[in-house]
Amino acid sequence: MPPLRIISRLDIKGPNVVKGVHLEGLRVVGHPGEMARRYYEQGIDEIIYMDIVASLYGRNNILSIVREATRDVFVPLTVGGGLRSIDDIVEALRSGADKVAINTAAIRRPDLIAEAGRAFGSQCIVVSIEAKRWPDGRPGWEALTDNGRERTGIDAVAWAEQAQRLGAGELLVTSVDREGTARGFDLELLSEIHARVRIPVIASGGCGGPDHAAAVATRHCADAIACAHIFQYEICPVPQLKSELQRAGIEVRRCV
Amino acid sequence: MRVTIIDYGRGNLFSLGRALDHVGVSFRLTDRPDDVRDAECLILPGVGAFGDAMDGLWRCGLVEPIRNAARRGVPLLGICLGMQLLATRGEEFGNHAGLDIVPGVVSRLPEGDGSAHSIRIPNVGWRRVTGTPGAAIGPGADGAMYYFVHSYAHRPSNAHHIMATVDVNGQAVAAIVREDAIVGCQFHPEKSGADGLALLRAFFDFAVARGAAQSPVGKRTA
Repeated sequence: MPPLRIISRLDIKGPNVVKGVHLEGLRVVGHPGEMARRYYEQGIDEIIYMDIVASLYGRNNILSIVREATRDVFVPLTVGGGLRSIDDIVEALRSGADKVAINTAAIRRPDLIAEAGRAFGSQCIVVSIEAKRWPDGRPGWEALTDNGRERTGIDAVAWAEQAQRLGAGELLVTSVDREGTARGFDLELLSEIHARVRIPVIASGGCGGPDHAAAVATRHCADAIACAHIFQYEICPVPQLKSELQRAGIEVRRCV
Repeated sequence: MRVTIIDYGRGNLFSLGRALDHVGVSFRLTDRPDDVRDAECLILPGVGAFGDAMDGLWRCGLVEPIRNAARRGVPLLGICLGMQLLATRGEEFGNHAGLDIVPGVVSRLPEGDGSAHSIRIPNVGWRRVTGTPGAAIGPGADGAMYYFVHSYAHRPSNAHHIMATVDVNGQAVAAIVREDAIVGCQFHPEKSGADGLALLRAFFDFAVARGAAQSPVGKRTA
């Protein structure tokens, strides 16, 4: 089995990294550049910067954060939040992003995925899916936009399949139900999506410790995991997570 | 020595530049044929599709200058798509002629069988490379882990050009190719942490040594 990719997800609001529960009730947890550097030195495999209030602060904010991070962080950087057009993507890539994550704009205009894939290669187009159980209790999940603030009425699993058809290179699947709860990834959601697509899936939302990370690998329902909480509150720093996964027989990139 | 990065509008040159800063190598970005003609050391980066990238090189008038530099023995590092462009031809979105510096064909990676052990395409993530037995590996180390992101791979027609391979769904795919001073890596050394930076350093050390050996007065132009 290929090594499980361990990603640090940093939600950005203004100049800060913030963390909430269910993408709400945000608290400041640190400085974006310092945190990325620290995780890089500890052996993180990848970093995702998600501008969760892009519309309020404008994009320049996150782009300057990315430019700063690339100075001494030599692992892939993904940037998401508020990217609406090909021009926005160009700007993000020029600022040092290796990949971009798009959600709201792709749901509003799915062809953006195809256009961006053609222009930059699908490998740098990550479609971000924020999934939440339907409020009326029917089975399945609804895709949300605007960082979990807006409903769409679209089935998250069907949307994942469509995103792949349009040329997404990877899917970042965030469970809004689990986000910030430390109750573990939504393995049911991930299994459903992972089985329906052939592109890599990144699990996000709910990681509270090494057991939750290991469950993704043993259930084989994602190719990568994005964690926030456990790194940011130092519940389980990167080296510890990796060594515990290794002990459980799961291959990871060794920390240097 | 100064490195010339070929900038034909494809690739994350910002990060590459930052990695070069980090290893202490000065560089210039260029799309001008004349800069390629007088380069001491070249990097050919690239992301995106094969045909589109070759069109970009042709449009900038860079194809012949790059081929000539390779013939002259100027150290050249092709990264990711830049490594694939070294091939004779590519099969991504139709058939396209490549630079034909490291002969071979660029074709799609094999799909997995859907089992837990299979790799999804695009092949994204950190993969361990295996040095080819007996290969003068130069830059790159057996067992190092690098960050890959690709759906196609260079299949050199000459096996001795393959310095290291990566396993993709049971197939040993070229991870590092080398023909004299021409090196190609399928992964992104600028995104591969300490292992990647070590590879860049090794390549530049080699390029400096090569430059000193070939310089008529034998002096290093560091």
